[in-house]
Amino acid sequence: MNAIVSIDTGPEGAACRDISYADAIHEALRSALEADERVFLLGEDIGVYGGAFQVTRDLVHRFGEGRVIDTPIAELGAAGVAVGAALAGSRPVLEFQFSDFATLAMEQIVNQAAKLRYMLGGNASVPLVIRMPAGAGTGAAAQHSQSLEAWFAHVPGLKVVQPATPHDAKGLLLAAIDDPDPVVIFEHKLLYKTTGPVPAEAYRVPIGKAAIRRPGRDITIVATGIMVHRALEAAERLAGRGHDAEVIDLRSLRPLDTATLIDSVTRTTRLLCVHESVKMLGIGAEISAAIAESAAFDRLDAPIRRLGGADCPIPYAPGLERAAVPQVEDIEAAAARLIERGE
Amino acid sequence: MDQPTADTLTQAPPPDAARQREALRRMLLIRRFEEAAEEAYMRGAIHGTMHLSIGQEASAVGACLDLETGDYITSTHRGHGHCIAKGADVARMFAEFFGRETGYCRGRGGSMHIADIAGGNLGANGIVGGGLPIATGAALAIRQQRRAAVVMCFFGDGAVNEGAFHEALNMAGLWKLPVIFVCENNKYGMSVSTERSMAVPRVAERARAYGMPGVRVDGNDLFAVHRAAGAAIARARAGGGPSLIEAETYRLRGHSRSDRNRYRSKEEIEHWRGLDPIPRLERAMRDAGVLDAAGIAALRAEVEAEIAAAIAFAEGSPVPDPGEVTRDVYEGGIAA
Repeated sequence: MNAIVSIDTGPEGAACRDISYADAIHEALRSALEADERVFLLGEDIGVYGGAFQVTRDLVHRFGEGRVIDTPIAELGAAGVAVGAALAGSRPVLEFQFSDFATLAMEQIVNQAAKLRYMLGGNASVPLVIRMPAGAGTGAAAQHSQSLEAWFAHVPGLKVVQPATPHDAKGLLLAAIDDPDPVVIFEHKLLYKTTGPVPAEAYRVPIGKAAIRRPGRDITIVATGIMVHRALEAAERLAGRGHDAEVIDLRSLRPLDTATLIDSVTRTTRLLCVHESVKMLGIGAEISAAIAESAAFDRLDAPIRRLGGADCPIPYAPGLERAAVPQVEDIEAAAARLIERGE
Repeated sequence: MDQPTADTLTQAPPPDAARQREALRRMLLIRRFEEAAEEAYMRGAIHGTMHLSIGQEASAVGACLDLETGDYITSTHRGHGHCIAKGADVARMFAEFFGRETGYCRGRGGSMHIADIAGGNLGANGIVGGGLPIATGAALAIRQQRRAAVVMCFFGDGAVNEGAFHEALNMAGLWKLPVIFVCENNKYGMSVSTERSMAVPRVAERARAYGMPGVRVDGNDLFAVHRAAGAAIARARAGGGPSLIEAETYRLRGHSRSDRNRYRSKEEIEHWRGLDPIPRLERAMRDAGVLDAAGIAALRAEVEAEIAAAIAFAEGSPVPDPGEVTRDVYEGGIAA
């Protein structure tokens, strides 16, 4: 995880400090609560407990129980309350304690939040932000470790982002809070304690724009969330073998920045997609299809490859858990095979 | 904690003569709207399906009579009556059903998503129980924004068995939010009766579990519904918190267009036809000298003209451009 520190730089001349991903989210929430009294937070144990990952830790003391609301354990109800409040002019930021628990709230997210603007002919706005701690690697097993972002990205009306760095965690969250439509943010739990440079002031990272984290000539590795860091580490190892990999941090699953992807693959002529969510029908399939349907297809010197979560629930035993999601060596091996053997 | 009692909800003063006339006008407008929609459906002018509220006009109008412009309602798949009761324009409603650009949802929603955000109707809902937590959330926003408004949340007996009912009423009771939950108990969730679906068939009794007053009223009696709703609205506006009203009523038509009425008897339907809320209100107003037969006839003629003009407006309105099918998925129409 050490690679994280080096991949972000803040805006030119801005005062950046190295802070954690969790602190960056905390800072974004605090600044949004200060700047706009319509903004409020709700979720399970986000008050004095501070949230399961301490992201909201002292906010209830600063802003009060009226704006940092501990809900009962009622995910469907809390999601519906957030939708109703958003419809009536407030700006809710809903935290699911674990993204897995959003399965209890799919009705409100998919049938209501995502569709209201459209169903009502453009006459309604649901400015709702949903924060989703996600991912494997904590030993919490199958019901606390999933990566379900592709589900949400399949729904027209939702926007889905997946920040990989503290800088983007803050900037994408503030952009999401400004957004007039529902935005779902997937935060990988293993990233919360990682650090990186973050400007002290409020800033926005645009939703729908990928970032090239490492320019390269031989292959495009498109990664999401924590896989950006594993891809960067794999790229360093590939450099030792004489291969120059370009690493793209997708950042946004919906809208998808196909222009950046097509441009990159046109230059590198090879594509490897890497994500932690299950490979089958995952975002890598969509990216592959977007490239196959574009002019970049004719430039390919090798088949497109995907790495994703294994076709199983996330298991408990450490060796199994590790085997269920792509690791640095998997990325290195797949990329090297594409470059060296064209397969 | 003191448990609020049903008595809390039986004290609203009756509407004056002008309000009674307005209530009857809205009930007649709902009835004729539903009949005209049914007729348009039968001749193929409306596609899809629809859920008619014929027989349930008193609960919609009685609950909304004391609402003001800044107040909200959330509604159900059987939501035409609620929409009209909150003051919607029937011409734009018909235009929506006819799939026209001039409809409330510009032809994107249809019957099951009829809404009038500007008028405070946050929408009908295709999901049973979908509007319940949304109503609680709108009430939370009202509290946060320090507004004097309230939310009137309509749902049917079927929704009471959904988890969303429990979660929404618990949070509303816990946080003492300005929301009134109105269960239109029409005896059937599609074909399954309340006896076959509820361990405790009296919905109002459930209010005790959420720290709010609950009362069961004759949902086909405009005055009974208004008495309870008016008290609940005043209570919510004064910061007293939520209430649950169970309005016993009956849908005289089937669940939807596919219903063959195999689960209920002709006798039962006839019994309820005798309890039709519209003749009951007309009789009461005549008996009290509020409106005579000529006055009622004039009101009916007024409604008839409004319906005819509304249908003409809808039929003359443009259909949406298929090239705009992905417009309004997001603000600015940006598709992924």
